[in-house]
Amino acid sequence: MTVVTTPRVRARTTPALLQHVNLARLLLQTFLVVMAAVWLFPLLWALYEALRPISDTTKRGYFSLPGQPLTLANFVTAWDQANLPHYYLNTLLVAIPGVVVTLLLASLLAFTITKFSWKLNLAVLMLFTAGNLLPPQVIIIPLYWVYLKTPMPHFLSDNGLLYDQYIGIIFIHIVFQLGFATFVLSNYMKTLPKELTESALVDGAGLLRIWANVIMPLCRPALAAMATLLFTFIYNDFFWALLLMKSGSKRPIVSALNNLQGEYFTNYNLLAAGALLAAIPSILIFLAFQKHFVRGLTLGATKG
Amino acid sequence: MVRFGLLTKRDKVLLALIVAFLVLLDLAFIWGPTIASFILSLTNWNGIGAITARSFVGLKNYVTLFTSYLFFKPALLHNLIYLGVLAFVATPLGIFFAVLLDRELAGTRIYQTIFYLPVVLPLVVVGFIWELQYAPTDGFINNALGLVKSNHIIDWLGDPRINLFAVLIAASWRHVGYIMVLYLAGLKSVDPTLREAARLDGANAWQTFFRVVFPVMMPINVVIAVITTIESLRAFDIAYIINRGKNGLELLSTLIVNNSISEANLIGFGSAIAVVLLVISLVPIVTFLVTMDRRIE
Repeated sequence: MTVVTTPRVRARTTPALLQHVNLARLLLQTFLVVMAAVWLFPLLWALYEALRPISDTTKRGYFSLPGQPLTLANFVTAWDQANLPHYYLNTLLVAIPGVVVTLLLASLLAFTITKFSWKLNLAVLMLFTAGNLLPPQVIIIPLYWVYLKTPMPHFLSDNGLLYDQYIGIIFIHIVFQLGFATFVLSNYMKTLPKELTESALVDGAGLLRIWANVIMPLCRPALAAMATLLFTFIYNDFFWALLLMKSGSKRPIVSALNNLQGEYFTNYNLLAAGALLAAIPSILIFLAFQKHFVRGLTLGATKG
Repeated sequence: MVRFGLLTKRDKVLLALIVAFLVLLDLAFIWGPTIASFILSLTNWNGIGAITARSFVGLKNYVTLFTSYLFFKPALLHNLIYLGVLAFVATPLGIFFAVLLDRELAGTRIYQTIFYLPVVLPLVVVGFIWELQYAPTDGFINNALGLVKSNHIIDWLGDPRINLFAVLIAASWRHVGYIMVLYLAGLKSVDPTLREAARLDGANAWQTFFRVVFPVMMPINVVIAVITTIESLRAFDIAYIINRGKNGLELLSTLIVNNSISEANLIGFGSAIAVVLLVISLVPIVTFLVTMDRRIE
């Protein structure tokens, strides 16, 4: 081996080749800079429109340099007029219980199915995974009627139904995301050493205690990754809230944005500000928890 | 993990209850409705009154769908184009970005963040952001191309011949980053000695990727193919906020919703479209399950 490689290694250090390598790197860097600029542009343009007063864009057109100073006025207007704080709150009302309950149930399920023979384990996992892969539109029609017909106790639902209720939206997110979360968490749990749970069991700890005191703390990285992903999935949802929540005022922010469009159809400045405000939580969470994001996605993809 | 036999009787019962409860929940709210979609597709139920023996019309909805419903073939074609563009343009571009960023150039992390950023945005916001690009007189694109000045305005989102492609650019903006992140993680897990060996055998970067890295990454390739297919079958949000999935933006998903919930009460007919979507979706889903089964064995 060394006999073959030595001349090559030497050859790489000759000036001509070095220049060639440098040129290739330069081309690559240029390509990436251009692509990154293209990728960022739509967001930057939205930001630019949002920062310009409507009087300025009316006078000079959108494709122009600013004639008036840029201001945050559109953001303030969108925030107040469109009552955004109210819709953010609606989102949190759905997302927080949605994420917490999904993680609790999914970790419990992932923990328990690793106890069965692999055949049954696989069957359960497949049932959930396949359910999570179904396009939601396949089940929406019967689900809509189930929601209209299922009676609910009044302390959970002010109209006595699943339809048009926070509980209904939370519920469908939990059921739908359970598949993905279980899949990812069971992949993670398979990597934990079995001696840990076995010795706890020998010490007389019950199933639930092992889950709460041994498994959950060990799964913290996977749980953090899943929490980040699930929050974003639920935050970004448009479909379920659009069809299973009738009252516009109860809708989470993303599906409420749909209402803004009609109202401010020609006011692109305000639309841009509203869209960006709705996007900011997603962006902030992503920037803060980027590692968790990537880990969650790759746990789901690489170990299946 | 722990063997089932080691558990106490109480724990065995508890464990069985947990699994049974969650499986029932999944069956009741995911698989039950899936089967109900199929049953409803055989009826002419309009949501009023009960479903009786007389509601059942056999395959009539499917016959109407395949022979006389004007929007079915366009929607099917649009879903196919959606898949084609994601699979042959956006996904390869995402893989290409991943391969480039895997080389650990200066600023890799920043590029990664930028390409991934659109993935975390709600699709509805993606739609709005691109509306600002596509707007006829006020949008960036027509102005930048000088089409507003010369009065040759292109209605990117209104013209049914091109609006699907305009939507696909927005959808790809998001899809590329998603694929990039997944592929990059896969690339990092490839044994570096494989690449080294290929290089020593005189393979260039191109050959190393296609002959060595790509085949080793087959499991990830399957996941990416499945994700790309599912995404194109689920496509709904962008088309719906632009024009409710009409006038060139018909998709199977928007037809289901428009026919049976948001605009009309043709429950049976809409369900037939849902069943068609289900049957197509089974292809990627079964593919995924088969590879999952093989890998665990």
